[in-house]
Amino acid sequence: MLEINDILETISMIDKQHLDIRTVTMGISLFDCVSEDTGRLCDNIYDKITRLAGNLVQTGEDISRQYGIPIIHKRVAVTPVSLVARGMSPDDMVKIAKTLDRAADSCGINFIGGYSALVHKGMTAGERSLIESIPQALTETNSVCSSVNVATTKAGINLDAVGLMGNIIKKTAYLTRNDGSIGCAKLVVFANVPEDNPFMAGAFHGVGEGDCVINVGVSGPGVVSHALKKAPNANITEIADIIKKTAFKITRMGQLVAAEASRRLDVPFGIVDLSLAPTPAIGDSVAHILEEMGLERCGTHGTTACLALLNDAVKKGGAMASSHVGGLSGAFIPVSEDAGMIDAAKCGTLTLDKLEAMTAVCSVGLDMIAVPGDTSAETISAIIADEISIGVINNKTTAVRLIPAYGKTVGDEVSFGGLLGSAPVMPVHSESSEKFILRGGRIPAPQNALRN
Amino acid sequence: MRLVITVVGKDRVGIVSDIASICKELHVNIMDITQKVFDDMFAMVMLAQMTDSSAPFETVADRLEKCGDDAGLKIHTMHEDIFNSMHRI
Repeated sequence: MLEINDILETISMIDKQHLDIRTVTMGISLFDCVSEDTGRLCDNIYDKITRLAGNLVQTGEDISRQYGIPIIHKRVAVTPVSLVARGMSPDDMVKIAKTLDRAADSCGINFIGGYSALVHKGMTAGERSLIESIPQALTETNSVCSSVNVATTKAGINLDAVGLMGNIIKKTAYLTRNDGSIGCAKLVVFANVPEDNPFMAGAFHGVGEGDCVINVGVSGPGVVSHALKKAPNANITEIADIIKKTAFKITRMGQLVAAEASRRLDVPFGIVDLSLAPTPAIGDSVAHILEEMGLERCGTHGTTACLALLNDAVKKGGAMASSHVGGLSGAFIPVSEDAGMIDAAKCGTLTLDKLEAMTAVCSVGLDMIAVPGDTSAETISAIIADEISIGVINNKTTAVRLIPAYGKTVGDEVSFGGLLGSAPVMPVHSESSEKFILRGGRIPAPQNALRN
Repeated sequence: MRLVITVVGKDRVGIVSDIASICKELHVNIMDITQKVFDDMFAMVMLAQMTDSSAPFETVADRLEKCGDDAGLKIHTMHEDIFNSMHRI
């Protein structure tokens, strides 16, 4: 028989501590949609997505109702478009983006990922076309998300691609200037990108995946924070244990929902992503967990250590709770989507440099950070290069989602609405990195890539 | 399928009776009840079994939720498995 305390604990987690399933993401392969005719390719893509994901939203809502657990997002990730639209022009690529948008609309989902290119070692003409079309594609669609992998530990860093992405991000910011440069919130630059990540904006369906798969991302910073509040005098070992136990419970729920979604949709279960994903809601912040551990404010000395402990404990607790763990699996620190991070950035305790250090010990990277609109493309590329290096050397995923908010400067705030939140514009170093970026070429793979 | 029905709210006469009546009407079999009153706060956890003749899950959950709304009670109706998966290895 179930213990009454356990039942009440679960209900309190859901009702008061923002426990939810952040996303059920269906991965769909587009390889069988390939056609040399753009019109036919678009028709094939639209038909396949709407056929497989047509019931995704309804199924998600049914599961949510049955288990009493909110499922916030139902989303779709597809094969990187650059791989199915080889050799097409940027205009054709935009047509495909619009097709994805239309398919997402017709399935009732809010984001569709996979407008992506993998260029960590080199770039084909089609991949260049896709990357060049990103600003227009993100401006002319609502739900399409884009990602570009510019480095891996095995291949090194494609500095040409890093340089190009600085310009693409600036152009996207300009074209979506009337909406706070929101296009940049849907564009991620990666190192070591995972192929089964369920979280947007970086989700796509990897080439090693099957035809269709269900991946689930859980959430629960509020639950962890609440559990720590109940142990104000615990030592740091006990803190790690509390986090592990809480992560276990959260992940078990994710596993249950993933298995049920897989059964109902008759699609194989892929992975559960163990990430702690915050929202701008009060009480759902990763920064507040770190502050609960004993920091006056997130960003001060000790932040990296607390985050390292949090990230490791979440993985240890979650790993046993799920049969397959994957995706990004680590604490997210998106500034605009986390009330505690926003406060810490506003008062200057949390800086871009500190955030960079934090990403060395957590998932995923410099995420949802607004920088001044007049930041040069080369500076943005250099920020990307720094962040990507951390991933390459440490054999982990890192990413950059920067918003050079057009017309805004330090002290201003950019608001994106909904779960994307709002971000204070943070200062960047004014000294130039232009010569470094313009050198181009490839940063060689590090010694630790030679593992065979 | 087994349901866990939790009810929390201000105590009054007939809460158990109201919930039990809905269960009877919708052919949901009550298997266990744990119930307490703290000061004037009423809290109950009920384990119930859906049978072949039971109304669909959505109907049961909707009816209980509406009963809660009308009476100022917070009623959750959830599949037992969420608690099993979270609290049992």
